[in-house]
Amino acid sequence: MVGWAIAVHGGAGVDPNLPPRRQEEAKQLLTHCLNLGISALRSNASAVDVVELVVRQLESNPLFNSGRGSALTAKGTVEMEASIMDGAKRRCGAVSGLSTVKNPVSLARLVMEKSPHSYLAFSGAEEFARQQGVEVENNEYFITPDNVGMLKLAKEANTIMFDYRIPIAGYEKCAGLESSVKMNGLPISIYAPETVGCVVVDSEGRCAAATSTGGLMNKMSGRIGDSPLIGAGTYACEVCGVSCTGEGEAIIRGTLAREVAAVMEYKGLRLQEAVDFVIKHRLDEGFAGLIAVSNKGEVAYGFNCNGMFRGCATEDGFMEVEIWE
Amino acid sequence: MGWAIALHGGAGVPYSLPPERRQPREEALRHCLQIGIKALNSKMTPLDVVELVVRELENIPHFNAGRGSVLTNKGTIEMEASIMDGNTMKCGAVSGLTTVVNAVSLARLVMENTPHIYLAFDGAEEFARQQGVETVDSSHFITEENIERLNQAKEANRVQIDYTQPIYNDTKSETETPFANGDSQTGTVGCVAVDSNGNLASATSTGGLVNKMVGRIGDTSVIGAGTYANELCAVSATGVGEVIIRGTVARDVAALMEFKGLSLKEAANIVIHERTPKGTVGLVAVSAAGDIAMPYNTPGMFRASATEDGYSEVAIWSEPIIE
Repeated sequence: MVGWAIAVHGGAGVDPNLPPRRQEEAKQLLTHCLNLGISALRSNASAVDVVELVVRQLESNPLFNSGRGSALTAKGTVEMEASIMDGAKRRCGAVSGLSTVKNPVSLARLVMEKSPHSYLAFSGAEEFARQQGVEVENNEYFITPDNVGMLKLAKEANTIMFDYRIPIAGYEKCAGLESSVKMNGLPISIYAPETVGCVVVDSEGRCAAATSTGGLMNKMSGRIGDSPLIGAGTYACEVCGVSCTGEGEAIIRGTLAREVAAVMEYKGLRLQEAVDFVIKHRLDEGFAGLIAVSNKGEVAYGFNCNGMFRGCATEDGFMEVEIWE
Repeated sequence: MGWAIALHGGAGVPYSLPPERRQPREEALRHCLQIGIKALNSKMTPLDVVELVVRELENIPHFNAGRGSVLTNKGTIEMEASIMDGNTMKCGAVSGLTTVVNAVSLARLVMENTPHIYLAFDGAEEFARQQGVETVDSSHFITEENIERLNQAKEANRVQIDYTQPIYNDTKSETETPFANGDSQTGTVGCVAVDSNGNLASATSTGGLVNKMVGRIGDTSVIGAGTYANELCAVSATGVGEVIIRGTVARDVAALMEFKGLSLKEAANIVIHERTPKGTVGLVAVSAAGDIAMPYNTPGMFRASATEDGYSEVAIWSEPIIE
């Protein structure tokens, strides 16, 4: 028997000028989600159930970029994606291109458990959603006024934009445009963390991970990022569970989530060492962050960019919710 | 060291494959190998070479990619591909293509002409039109053989990678090796290459699984699963997509080399023989040092390889035909 551990994230790469009120809101939501997960763990829920439960909560809240509150494509629509992985037997499920499914992470789970495949996308995934009877909404449900505003700005800047949470007025006031802090080529003030995720190890030592996102603001329709890609944005096996966030390209080519597990398995590193190693050596010029748990009840996180919305807790009572270093 | 190249036309080939089906495929492998050899001899970069060879494999209807792609459960075509440059580790991937003649080339355009790595379905088709790549009516890709395969699969009510062998278990379970019988005449196509400077590249392309659900994405377009290249090696995998995804097969070969200091052959063998269930996976790989590995745990795998010193082979089962 192992002490359980849980970590959640709401994305890596945070504007240092993010208004305090927004920071508070984010921390409250993370705390709330963490507590949900903790309750579930205390009643012996399995790791994969807990990660799904927590990510559903994050998706339903428009504060972060997933589910409701997802960033918008260049066409002003929402295309959501998610993946989930159950470390015990490395079962996995992923979805992309969802436009009406209220909780993408749950559909990913259904792909894992109720289909002969691991990954379904676009109209095929939507069809499967209807067959499975999951909750659906019109695409408009997922679109928030903030994001509509952000998309406009992004188009004006004619660039892929990440930050959906800085209100337009705030954007004008943001000194960050002159800042040298950049993410994916953009000043940090118009970059925003673009994913939510959760990793859990339960008291049986089983690890699981789940990640969900609306993707990049102003992305091309059909663009798939790292979040639904097993080994990139999400990975879980016997030794650990990992969920990543940040620059999708860097995460994909670095197969970041898998990397943490690989150095643990093949180099014998412990969790924190593995996380540090991967963040330090696997990102080159890319910016990203990740959260991870190990089958020994450890929890760890790392990021090489400016801040990451995160929270973690372990059975022995440790709990922290933070944004900055 | 000189250049090296390896290519595959899919893992899981039944021993019972009759000569009239075997020969055209052997010829095709030989033909594609020659194209790759010529290209490398004329100093084409590995990235260009793997794209060129995979384009050729896509155009050949005997393999499950491009023309000759297997069909979804609705009798439609949905093709996917990915490509990766070991030097820069830039990569590109596409899924859900229905009219693009060469999926691998579109994947390369995603890599080079967009800020993204991966485009799929309508968005990818739209991008194809913007880029002016060759597109045709979807019927171009459909072959009689594949219509027949789909019919058989539907009769057996199974997802399968082969038309000849019935699958005994049609629910997906964790310990299942659904294709233990596991033969397939087709699976995927792929190519890996290294030049004399140690530059590596990999590309993979497929029509997917027979009778797959519309929208199903397999390993072929997932970087780290079906395709991977870095400074140490380049890998292209084939077989049961779901197994390759959860096993991050292509990445694992490189990871074993990097973190455990194993040779290419050792690493590839471990991944194929110890880390994936029997009857599910094969791969081709080359290393920066010019080594080649082509292990598989299925009855056979369509494959071919060559090195600059003049060695070349084409093989399906364990006895290679040394050319």
